[in-house]
Order: sequence, then structure tokens, then C-alpha cells
Amino acid sequence: MRYLPHTKRERELMMAKIGIENINELFDQIPETALSSFANTLPSHSGELEVTHHLQSLANLNLAASDAPSFLGGGAYRHHIPATVDSLIQRGEFLTSYTPYQPEISQGTLQAVFEFQTQVALLTGMELANASMYDGSTACAEAVLMAGRVTKRKKVILSGGLHPFYCDVVETLAQFSELSIEKSRPEAPAKGHHDTAALEKRINKETACVVVQYPDFFGLIRDFSQLGEQCKKAGALLIIVFNEPVALAALKSPGEMGADIVVGEGQSLGVGLNFGGPYVGLFATKSQYLRQTPGRIAGQTEDLDGKRGWVLTLNTREQHIRREKATSNICTNSGLCALAFSIHLSLLGEKGLSHLATLNHEAAMSTADRLCNIDGLEILNETYFNEFTVRLPKPAGPLVETLAQKKILAGVPIRRLYPNREDFDNLMLVNATELTSDSDINLLAESISEELS
Amino acid sequence: MNKEIVSDTKMISSTATNKGLHIEEALIFEQGSTDRSGVDLPEISGRSDRLGKLKRLDQIGLPGLSEPEIVRHYTRLSRNNYAIDIGLYPLGSCTMKHNPRLNEAVARLPGFSNIHPLQPPSTVQGAMALIKELEEWLTALTGFPTIALSPAAGAQGELCGLMVIRSYLEKQGDPRETVLVADSAHGTNPATATMCGYRTKSIPSNDSGTLDLQALENMLDNKVAAVMLTNPNTCGLFEGQILEISDAVHKSGALLYCDGANFNAIVGKVKPADLGIDIMHLNLHKTFSTPHGGGGPGSGPVAMTSVLAPYAPLPWIEESASGFTITEHLGDHSQQSFGRMRAWHGQMGMFVRALSYLISHGGDGLRQVAEDAVLNANYIRQGLHKHYSMPYPGTCMHEVLCDDQSLKPAGLKTLDVAKALIDQGFHPMTIYFPLIVNGAMLIEPTETETKEILDQFIDAMITIANHSTSENIAALQNAPVHTPRRRLDETKAARNPILRWLQDTGPSAT
Amino acid sequence: MRKAKYTKDHEWVRLEEGGEKTNAIGIVGITDFAQEQLGDIVFVELPEVGITVQKGDEAATIESVKAASEFFTPVSGKVININNTIIDDPGLINSDPREVGWFFSLELADPSELESLMDEAAYESFVTSLS
Repeated sequence: MRYLPHTKRERELMMAKIGIENINELFDQIPETALSSFANTLPSHSGELEVTHHLQSLANLNLAASDAPSFLGGGAYRHHIPATVDSLIQRGEFLTSYTPYQPEISQGTLQAVFEFQTQVALLTGMELANASMYDGSTACAEAVLMAGRVTKRKKVILSGGLHPFYCDVVETLAQFSELSIEKSRPEAPAKGHHDTAALEKRINKETACVVVQYPDFFGLIRDFSQLGEQCKKAGALLIIVFNEPVALAALKSPGEMGADIVVGEGQSLGVGLNFGGPYVGLFATKSQYLRQTPGRIAGQTEDLDGKRGWVLTLNTREQHIRREKATSNICTNSGLCALAFSIHLSLLGEKGLSHLATLNHEAAMSTADRLCNIDGLEILNETYFNEFTVRLPKPAGPLVETLAQKKILAGVPIRRLYPNREDFDNLMLVNATELTSDSDINLLAESISEELS
Repeated sequence: MNKEIVSDTKMISSTATNKGLHIEEALIFEQGSTDRSGVDLPEISGRSDRLGKLKRLDQIGLPGLSEPEIVRHYTRLSRNNYAIDIGLYPLGSCTMKHNPRLNEAVARLPGFSNIHPLQPPSTVQGAMALIKELEEWLTALTGFPTIALSPAAGAQGELCGLMVIRSYLEKQGDPRETVLVADSAHGTNPATATMCGYRTKSIPSNDSGTLDLQALENMLDNKVAAVMLTNPNTCGLFEGQILEISDAVHKSGALLYCDGANFNAIVGKVKPADLGIDIMHLNLHKTFSTPHGGGGPGSGPVAMTSVLAPYAPLPWIEESASGFTITEHLGDHSQQSFGRMRAWHGQMGMFVRALSYLISHGGDGLRQVAEDAVLNANYIRQGLHKHYSMPYPGTCMHEVLCDDQSLKPAGLKTLDVAKALIDQGFHPMTIYFPLIVNGAMLIEPTETETKEILDQFIDAMITIANHSTSENIAALQNAPVHTPRRRLDETKAARNPILRWLQDTGPSAT
Repeated sequence: MRKAKYTKDHEWVRLEEGGEKTNAIGIVGITDFAQEQLGDIVFVELPEVGITVQKGDEAATIESVKAASEFFTPVSGKVININNTIIDDPGLINSDPREVGWFFSLELADPSELESLMDEAAYESFVTSLS
């Protein structure tokens, strides 16, 4: 077996040194009944060729989004990832190192984490960020739990614009806590949906936090400044969630709107679609809430010679020190995905990111302009970044399926995420990025027209 | 002319902080210029936006660097890291084994890496087939019929396990109040119990480093929901009374959760389902070698009995005559599920790597993994037992536990051994864990190390122990010295937290 | 200076000068032994002024780099003042736990609680018995 270096002779030598004749002597604490009941019916080992062949055959059964015009978004976005990103994250010193518990020989990872934290703080307009969470949805749940700890209140208000799976995750992960979750009814975008008055009315003295999404699940962009002020007055925290970090380059920052915690999905930058994981959760907040922040944090310090260096710091928040009183149980996070995010963002820089954001917005506008000419199809959003909701004259699900058979990934049928909302049956979420070409847009528009006629 | 050269050389040697291959690297924020970029993008048309009145007007503050600068920056950073690719990484209970590059290659096949989680199921049949195939392997290895694949890492797997248990108990009419956790457990266990709304009580270990069965029996009552156990435990010992423990737990109406962090010791040899365990998580990033990546991502599938299966989290994949389907919502046949733990279907990228690892090893290779991992740990134990005190003498499983009792008279402690190992070219073992042993040193070599490397490590450890009786002790306490940085001031970092770069603080002297 | 009384959790309490007659005021902190066990203290969280604590309550939190411990108030009463100096510079608890590094003061609810605590000699022999 190519990964196991010992020869039979070496194993014998080592056993002799230990003073055993049979390897099973080392397993003698295991109940005999359990040892003997293991019937090894698994196939025996395989070479690279066989493994590659088998996995390639499974991969071939999938339609890669790179092999079709794709307009899928809804929380995961396809962007061009510069070749440099994957090349650098595959360096063994990043790929095959552990959590940087020994700082003297982990300065590479620690400095990269410090840079990542700075980038996330800048992008969100917040004072600090942690070293990453699993993904946007779990970051969102952690933010809600943190708001409960900070405010010592129990009521959580989720906006109807929050990604439905994020709502599910918050409800699931908070179900055995003392928090009670109030969900606003999701509404498709319509004129006058830009204000937040309905949410503001629900805030009271029991409210721990209000959770909103920016742009929201339907692609709509709303100003949360007034909501932020209302939260502040009531002593509640404003949590702003985002799915698409590229959007933050085009938009006023969540920090500027008064967010207390900003969480989001970082997959868009540096991380592939991967059928949903691994992704990278971004978590940023204000300095005053530092002690209640979950997850690892790298901090700057000096070594014995007075040279600048980095360590994991404020560990007393975490499970390995605080155990049952920790701010979270998270240990392993999304380190390598965070590195990919950071490298991609570094390559883009201020100018590149801003340019990329504009390209995305323009691609979405071009797509919308082309689609709105189709008879019976209506664009519902007045505002959007790179994603918007359309209403079709017939159910979106079957249409998307038909187009998939023609190798066009048309968009997300919104009802897939809201099975109980019959009124969403005809709604489809359409995303465009810098990868969307004019011919992709034409193909989509023509195919939809064909299906509708 | 000659004179000038001499003076130039002097100037360079007095100011340079670089040493040979080690080159100091500033933060990206201290480099480049705003107008630089490492990408070339298509032209923009400049049409008016549809962002409402929320268009960003200010700068973000990101630096601009060209591609060569970026490549050099991260390459230089990488060289400040130790890694399994560089040498032995014997972190106890972390299973730092070789990461096959085949797994990286197959995970990057566009048919896996470039599929969207919301694609129509008809276009991702291969992905779902792969997930089912991984489930079959994990079922064969654990003996449990149901595997919940969505948990993102070990700690989320623990939470999944306890949520399944709580949902099951609530259905029986009483969720109960406490979770008992072995005192040698990882900190994630009690932290997880809290997140699941349980109070935690600690079960003491006995003098042999295993769970005190008598103490456990005294603690079990009708308030206990679950007992969380790691087997083999974090002292590197198999809980030999596991069947008696399981009987006692079940008699009290509680369930037995197993933290699978140390599954590497028994993979392919024993099925945890045959040990009286009800539910356990596996760490694909430990046992099945999906790389740690400097802290993640991981993947923490949860294996459970058929009694608990109805409570497993969404989503799950089923096979029907017309192919694979995915259940994403609570519905008629998923009423009892405790919900959804994360947005999508699981760590697909890790699933591909783990399956590649499993097929590569096969049933025979996996059994050899456990046997060699245990052999290597015992080989180190044999090599060190005359030089380091060991709290629990006798053979161990896949990791061996030492402490610093024998070094103390000379004034040397565990931290010094760890830092001295760094100077000898090894990553230290896990130190000061488990908490029940003072000055613990937990060494897990894994099966992918050669006898030669193990011998070198043993020699290095003996050298350090021998130094502790000489006058060289100050040098050891000063270690490491051959590293990009010497011991770092963690007190300073915590008292005055600097957690991001700020313009006005500027570059500090390096 | 008044003599301090001690707990087995290594906290001290002493009465403020002249505070005995009406409402006795107690000042509390941790002992030298405790600060040494904890190592470099990096963070302390003190109770809010005005709250009432019962003897044995977790009234403060002390953190070093690798450990966090609770401070159990040695006596019951209403918190009337806290030492903001140690919040800004927690290292003062290490350098002078008995004077500059005090935690908070409180209006004693029941001065007789002091009687059950150890005096200096008893505490010193208790500490000796630990090592």
C-alpha cells in the first residue's frame, strides 16, 4: 500500500523491540466479541489509476456549471478564480499544517489569518473579524447566539429577506437555547418593499437582535440605517447578513448602516461551488463585543527579540479553555478556504474588486434587460446587485428542469427553498457574474421564450 | 573601489533582517499601491446603476499588488509554517497523517468542484452517487446503518449527535437535564452539551487513565440524557470496560455518544456499533486524511443506530428507481428530523477526498492503518519509557502519553520540551492535554511515518531529556532559536489586543 | 490597616477603615497565592455597581492567557465600588494583589459572615498544606 511505509520485516523488528509477537496483543483491551465480529468485506486497496477512473466516472455524471451557461445563485456564486489562488493554497506548508497552536513555526498561517481578519473588517466596515466560521449560515446562527449573550435578552427577529436555509439553521441551532425566534413572512420584491418599517415596529425591550440580509435573498437592496437606529434605541443588536461579498464592494458598508455584527458567506471569493461545501463563514463585529465573539482570533505581538509576530489570542473565549462556558463549540474552522478568499481578494485589490463588482452588476442589468422583453416575464426587483427575481407565467421548477436537459442552468426556482409557498411557484432567482457572456444571456432568453410560447 | 565594496557589504549586513532562505515579509497592507492589481478584467460599460441610493462612495482600503508580488508574498509566508509535508507532526488526538495528492486532484474535477448546490438533481446524480458510496463505506466501518453527512467539522458532529439524542428523548417524553463528560474529554464535548441546552458533569478517570465505572454508575440517574466518551480516550488508552459502561448508561435510560476523534486506532478492526455505542461522529480530516489546511475545513459525519435515524438532520439523499433524490425540508417522511445544521448538503470537497482515500486503502489497507498507527505509538513508547515519566505504564493505542514529572527536578517543563523539539526539526506533540495529567505530552505519530523517522524522533526526545540533567538547561528554556520567531509574548497579545492592521499604527519594526 | 480574612478559594476580604459602626464596608480581592497560580492576568470582569451578591456567588471573572477562573465573593452584600484600575491594567493584580489590585467593595449584608473565614495564620497553613 503506497501510503504505508513499513515492510513486513520492519514491522517484525518493531514488534520484537516492543516485546510482542502478534500485533493483536496491542489490541487486547478491546472486547473479543467486538474484534471477532468485524468481517472485512470491503474491497481491497486500489492504485491511483483505478481510483481516478472510478471518481472520474462519477464526476462525468454531473453537469459542471462551467460546462453550461449558468444563472444559479441563491447563496452560492460562480466567479472566475485566478489560477494563482489554487496554486498557492496547494503549497504543502498551508495545505498540510494544523491549527497554529505553536506560533514559532506557524507564522505563515498566523500572518495570513491576521491579514484575512483585516480584509473582512475593511470589507464589512467593522472594527474586527474572527479567523472564520464553517459557512455563512452557521456564522449567522453564531451571531444570533452571541446577541443573546450580549443583550441577555431572548427575542430574535429574522427578516423575511433572510436566506431560507439560514433561517432554518438559526432555528435549528437555537432550538435548545433560551432564545425564541420570530420569522417575518418572506415577500417577493414589489414596489415599496424597500423600507424597513414593518421590522422596526416589532422591536421592543425583549429584542436581542434583528437579522437582515443585504442584498436580501430575492436580490433586493435595502437601506438598514434607520433600522440600525431603532435597534440602538431599543438596546437590540442589528445583524447584517450577506451571501455575496463582491456586492459589498459596490454598496455602502453594513458597518456604516449601524450593524453590530456582520456575517456572511465568503465562497464567492477564492472558493469553488463544490456542491455546497466547504465554504467559509465571515464574522465581523465591534470591539466592545470582542469577549463574546466565537471562534479563533489571531493577534499581533512580539517575540523575545522584540520582533513583530502573531499568535492565536483571547483563547479564554474558546472551548479548549472555557469548556462548558465557551462562546461556541467551534474548533476546526475553514482555514484553507479563508486563505483562498484572502489571496483572491489580495490579487483583486481595491481597484480590481471594485471593477469586478461593476462587471457583475452590469452583467445582471444586461440579463434583466434582455429577459424583460420576453412576453409574460416580469422582473420584480427595482434594485439589485448581481441577482434578481423574475415572475414567469408558469411554474419555474419544471421550466428549469427542461432547460437543464438542454444544458442550460437557468436559475433557482424559488419554491425549491419555500415548499409551502404556492404563491412562489412562478418565481425564479436569476444571477449573472463576470462569467456571464452575451451569448449565455441570449441562449437563456431564447430558451425561455421557446418554453413559454 | 575596493573600499566602496567593503563599506557596502557592511551596510547590508548591519541592516538586513533576512537570513538565507528566510526572508522577512511585511503585511500586504504595507505593500503595493492603490492603483496596482493582480488581475486583468474586461472593460466596463459605465452605465448607470440599479443599486438604489446605496452605491458605495468611499474606499474599502484594500492594498493593490501585482501577481508576482502576491505569489512571492504567500510563498514567503508559507515558508514560516511547519507542515506534515515537511516532517513528523505528532500532535496527539489530531491524527496528522500524510495527505495524498491524488485526493486533491480528484476533488478538483470540475464535475465535483464546479457544481452548484441548487442545480436540478437530475444534473448532479454523480455527486449524490458519491455521497451514497461514502455512506456505504462509513456504514461498513462503523457498523451503523445511518450516516448524517452534513456536519461541517467534529464539533458540529458532536452537536448533531446531541441534538439527535435530545430530539429522541423529547419524543420519549423527557429530554432530561445533564450530559456526563469524561474528564479527559476534548473541550468541545462540554461546550457542545451547553449549546444543546444541557448542564455538564465531569466523570472522573481512575488511576489507570480510563473512565471510573463505579463513579459513572453513581452519577447515572433519570436526569442524565447522554454520556460522552472518547474511545480510545485522550490518554491513548482503549476503554476496555466499554460494554459495561454501555450497559450502565442504557439501564439508566441515557444514550452513549462516542467522540470519534481517535477512530484511527481501530478503523478496519472494530465496528463501534459492536461496542454498545449509540451514536458517534467521525473526523474525515483526521482518520481519512482530508488535509487540515492550517485549521480547516473539516467534515464531521455522524453515524447512528436505526432507532436514532429518524431524528437525523436535513438534508439527506435517497435512491429510488428513477435515480437519487434529495430531501431538503421537513415533510411527511422527515417530520422527526431535528432540522438543518448548515446551508447546504455537507463538505462535498471533503467527501471526494475521503472516498478517494477509502478506495485507495481498501478494507485491507484500512486495517493496516490502525495496526501501524498503534505499532508506531508503542514503538515510541518503548523508546521513551526509560527517559520520560508516563502516568499510565503499559501498552497504548495510537498515541502515547508522557508527562514532565521526571524532568521537574532539573527545572524543565513540558513547554520547554515542546519548544526544544522545534529546534530539532520536529513539530511538538500535543501539550498540557488531557487536562487530567499535569504537564501532559500526548504523542501521535500516525501510520504514515517510517521507522527511521520514529528513531530520529526518539533520539531527539532522549537528547532533550538528557540535557535536563546537564547545565545546559537555560539553552533549552530559551528554545526555539532556529525559527522565524522566538517565543512570542502571548500575555502582551491578550492584554492589548491588536487584531487587525490599522493605517495609523503603520508598520512596526521587524 | 485592618486584618484580612481568607477563603479556601484564595479570596481575601477586609473591612474598610471606620466603616464598622453603621454599614460595614468590605473590600475584596485575590491572594498572592492565587495570582501566582493563575500566571499573567490579562483580563478581569467585575460586577456592576449596585447589584447584590450572596456569599459564594460568581461575582467576577479573571483570565490569564491559558485559563479563566471565577471569583466567588467571600461575603454577601451590595456592590458599591469597583476597581477600574485593574480593568485597564490587569497586571496590577499580579504585582500587588493585596492593595492596588483589589476587586470591589461592598456593603456587608451580614458582618458575622466574616467569622467563618480563615485568619491570616490559618490561611497560611492552608496554603502550605496545598504544596
